[in-house]
Amino acid sequence: MTDAIELPIAANSDVVLVRQRVRTSAQQVGLSLVDQTKVVTAASELARNTLVYAGGGRVRIEVVGNGARGGLRLTFADEGPGIPDLELALTDGWTTGGGLGLGLSGSRRLVDEFDLDSEPGKGTRVTVVKWAR
Amino acid sequence: MTVHGDADRLRIETLLREQEERILKRWLDIAGAAAGGRADHGVLGGRMREIYQAMLRSLSEGDDSTDLRGLLAELSRIQAREGFTPSDTAVLVLSVKEAVYETIEASEETAALRGYIWFSKFVDDLALYTFETYVTAREKIITDQSEQLLELSTPVVKLWEGILAVPLVGTLDSARTQVVMEKLLQALVETGSEHAVIDITGVPAVDTQVAQHLLKTVAAARLMGAECVVSGIRPQIAHTIVTLGIEFGDIVTKSSLSDALAHALRQSGVQLTQGASKRVVVATERA
Repeated sequence: MTDAIELPIAANSDVVLVRQRVRTSAQQVGLSLVDQTKVVTAASELARNTLVYAGGGRVRIEVVGNGARGGLRLTFADEGPGIPDLELALTDGWTTGGGLGLGLSGSRRLVDEFDLDSEPGKGTRVTVVKWAR
Repeated sequence: MTVHGDADRLRIETLLREQEERILKRWLDIAGAAAGGRADHGVLGGRMREIYQAMLRSLSEGDDSTDLRGLLAELSRIQAREGFTPSDTAVLVLSVKEAVYETIEASEETAALRGYIWFSKFVDDLALYTFETYVTAREKIITDQSEQLLELSTPVVKLWEGILAVPLVGTLDSARTQVVMEKLLQALVETGSEHAVIDITGVPAVDTQVAQHLLKTVAAARLMGAECVVSGIRPQIAHTIVTLGIEFGDIVTKSSLSDALAHALRQSGVQLTQGASKRVVVATERA
């Protein structure tokens, strides 16, 4: 059971579009209202990070299932400068972009699975999964 | 071949000039029929005559077609504004080919017929150009409209003497927040209000950017001596804000607009009493 959508992230309006598509998919999977809002917010944070720090990238929205329950997997990939210090980037309040510094660390708390893969000069890939309860 | 080609081209030019009235009339007929009576024939005829003459000038003067392109861009802009589709606009230009072809056929000249191939390419280029300018014009209209919408969608309303409210609906991006902040601060000055309620019931998700914008707006209002209450925090939003780790500090937040209004009224010293007849009696304490 895979149902994937790929969207580009190149402008602020794309962030809005990503948010809308994630919400629609979250409803399909049957996430509760609170979980829908959480995954939509995480998608918003990660999409904006892709835009602000890497100048753009792509997101893949997948409906996944492991038999017992359904879930939503989001993969944000960019070919930006990458993150030199992953631990520092995941620290609350740390920002290089003038924001609140909670986007990445907060997103990790909003989802069930969080995988951050980045190499300076090679780009960044963030994969998150939210399972339906 | 080139010499031959040039001669054919010259023949077409002469034909276009000699048969101007006839071609123009036919062009207007064909284009008018394609537009399905939606176009104003008088105005369209005048515009097409100008384009035709610019086309003749452009043909005889070689590569300089600034005039012609300017006229075509103007035509596209008007068509876009009047709600014609891009194909309508391109067909309008392309239909000149049909009119010219009929004239050539009637003249029974092979040289002109050969030159027609070249003329056809020339018109295709023009049609493509109109198509492009049409799209640009349409994009301009959309940008203008979204700017107008930005203004429309952020009203500042007065709830009570000294209490303002800003109901936010939809996506809160940087541009939008800028407008909200400016309008709110301006309204605070104009009305001399000391309380403002920012209602986010209509905002679907509050992420760190939205939160940061809200915090900045509240801080700016505070600098002007006004207190802001953020209302419309629904359970799922509260959950998300806490999980994200956003601190609202000492900013007063309420779940509903009515709670926020009650809070603001209390703060400004207005007492509400519920009588037996359920009529709300209001008294203001003068400090």
